[in-house]
Amino acid sequence: MSITVYVPCDSSAVSVGANRVANAITQEAEKRGVAINVVRNGSRGMYWLEPMVEVATENGRIAYGAVKTGDVSSLFDADFLNGGSHALSLGLTEEIPYFKKQQRLTFARVGITNPVSLDDYIAHDGYRGLKNALEISQADIVKHVSDSGLRGRGGAAFPTGIKWNTVLNTPADQKYIICNADEGDSGTFSDRMIMEGDPFVLIEGMTIAGLAVSATQGYIYLRIEYPHAFEILNEAIANAYAAGYLGDDVQGSGRAFHLEVRQGAGAYVCGEETSLMESLEGKRGLVRFKPPLPAISGLFGKPTVVNNVISLASVPIILDKGGDFYRDFGMGRSRGTLPLQLAGNLKHPGLVELAFGVTLRELLYDFGGGSATGKPIRAVQVGGPLGAYLPQSQFDTPLDYEAFAALWAVVGHGGIVAFDDTVDMAEMAKYSMEFCAVESCGKCTPCRIGSTRGYEVMDEIVNKRDLDKNIPLLRSLCDTMLNSSLCALGGMTPYPVLSALNHFPEDFGVSVEHNAA
Amino acid sequence: MTTEPTMMQTVQTIVADLKDKKGALLPILHAVQNALGYVPPETVPTIAKALNLSRAEVHGVISFYHYFRDTAPGKHTIQVCRAESCLSMGGKELENHVKTTLGIDYHETTADGQFSLEPIYCLGNCACSPAIQIGKDVYGKVSTTDFDELLKEKSA
Repeated sequence: MSITVYVPCDSSAVSVGANRVANAITQEAEKRGVAINVVRNGSRGMYWLEPMVEVATENGRIAYGAVKTGDVSSLFDADFLNGGSHALSLGLTEEIPYFKKQQRLTFARVGITNPVSLDDYIAHDGYRGLKNALEISQADIVKHVSDSGLRGRGGAAFPTGIKWNTVLNTPADQKYIICNADEGDSGTFSDRMIMEGDPFVLIEGMTIAGLAVSATQGYIYLRIEYPHAFEILNEAIANAYAAGYLGDDVQGSGRAFHLEVRQGAGAYVCGEETSLMESLEGKRGLVRFKPPLPAISGLFGKPTVVNNVISLASVPIILDKGGDFYRDFGMGRSRGTLPLQLAGNLKHPGLVELAFGVTLRELLYDFGGGSATGKPIRAVQVGGPLGAYLPQSQFDTPLDYEAFAALWAVVGHGGIVAFDDTVDMAEMAKYSMEFCAVESCGKCTPCRIGSTRGYEVMDEIVNKRDLDKNIPLLRSLCDTMLNSSLCALGGMTPYPVLSALNHFPEDFGVSVEHNAA
Repeated sequence: MTTEPTMMQTVQTIVADLKDKKGALLPILHAVQNALGYVPPETVPTIAKALNLSRAEVHGVISFYHYFRDTAPGKHTIQVCRAESCLSMGGKELENHVKTTLGIDYHETTADGQFSLEPIYCLGNCACSPAIQIGKDVYGKVSTTDFDELLKEKSA
């Protein structure tokens, strides 16, 4: 009987050599005449150990990492195929503390299964949520989602159940489900990991959403920067069609749900839902005025559910185990789990799924292991390029939408980027303005002009010119952008800029006393 | 080398295949760029006519999105991530090194037509920063030495 060896096909693992390692293992096995079965799984999310190779043994899967091609021969010598000891041994994968301490609900299968194998998906509790959904009324499906307390994981944290209910109760001849897979926030990669590591959970979640609100067509709007996810999603969708999980008659229910992946074209603003819909309609990604809400008049003017990848991928377990099961995780009004992404200057970056309530400090040090460079962590940006920078004094904040809002910060999509003490926060603020200028759709003046003027003012400040004039000017400009931009791009760029100025005034050449707003 | 008639034929086939999709313009532009490496301005009237749009509307869409280009790229397109996570791990030094080594700035192509350089804002490879992409291949934890080796590999 051949031994199963797992080498991730996740694009981050591939970016550090997973394909070369997989080839080297296959060749070495052939050379030695050993029968092995190499499965390309998703990543377990412990990226400092990638490429992480696992071997299936009687006692469970045993991990080795980070494996380089040069290690392969010695792994065979050490009999790694039977769990033999080697310098790169990590023991049982599921006993690695980083992994063991997590609460994986949405990511239950990622890294375990072959992403495009429907049999594997079903063998690991897949499509149980859909089975239940097919047996209950539409209102009851929506009720499970409402009861779960699930809020939009893309960043805005709007209650998913309310959105679905609005679409359900808006009569129309055609409705749509859109999955927002335009994961543009720096420091985030959980959507990518789901799409590359367990695409069926997203397909199942979208199918359930379609059944719940009578939408027969779904679109996954995927960013062009994820070509690997595009291929895996399309393969999984084809497999789901072939097995009757998508199509005109989903599992013999007589109900239709069709799904197509559409690629974006490198515009950050298309992660904003109305801009995304313009793009899907084949137009420039200009943000729309709201109202009307997309749930009333969305894609092609029809009622549309627009949800993030993680929101939709959390639906199957909610329908499988019930809204109450999911709601029992978390704190306050932040229910369930959040797949957090530890990124930037950390020793142990990766994916950590936990119930809301864990503190930033636990994530940065207990999981992240402190900075990669060994220097003190000085600032952390949470929630992508529009998220605030937090100083050390705020590291005890629990991950909770309301706790972050109270600090004038955001949880966003759960990306956490750490910086050591070599960071120049004025440069980071300047970068935020530049990013906004590059990505602004141009429809509203505060964002279009404000970001360019903001970049110019920050350039003056970085060069320590006329600070008495330029610091108040920067604050005034941020006030305008914050309060009068059409969408979050212009409206939230002041978050990183002003938080950098407020918490790190010394980098802007001003004293703390002088800096009082 | 793509000659004029072949290029137009390619575009006509793509347009015929995709024009009846809902919101067909982006899928068509992607297909054209996949086939030709860019969206040549002379193909815009064909695309516009098939979708009952003005040429200005099609041009407006092409120019809105960073990914679409209306000039031929070099043999390899190198994209350097400029976003925060990469900045926290030496992305700025890598960016400077790439520009100096290639002798070009963003949105330019080397004189020998080998490499085009583009900025990118996040490759979703933030746990392996700094990251770059060459063609469709992503590379993580890229040091300046790694970049030099990659360049040698691609130039070979």
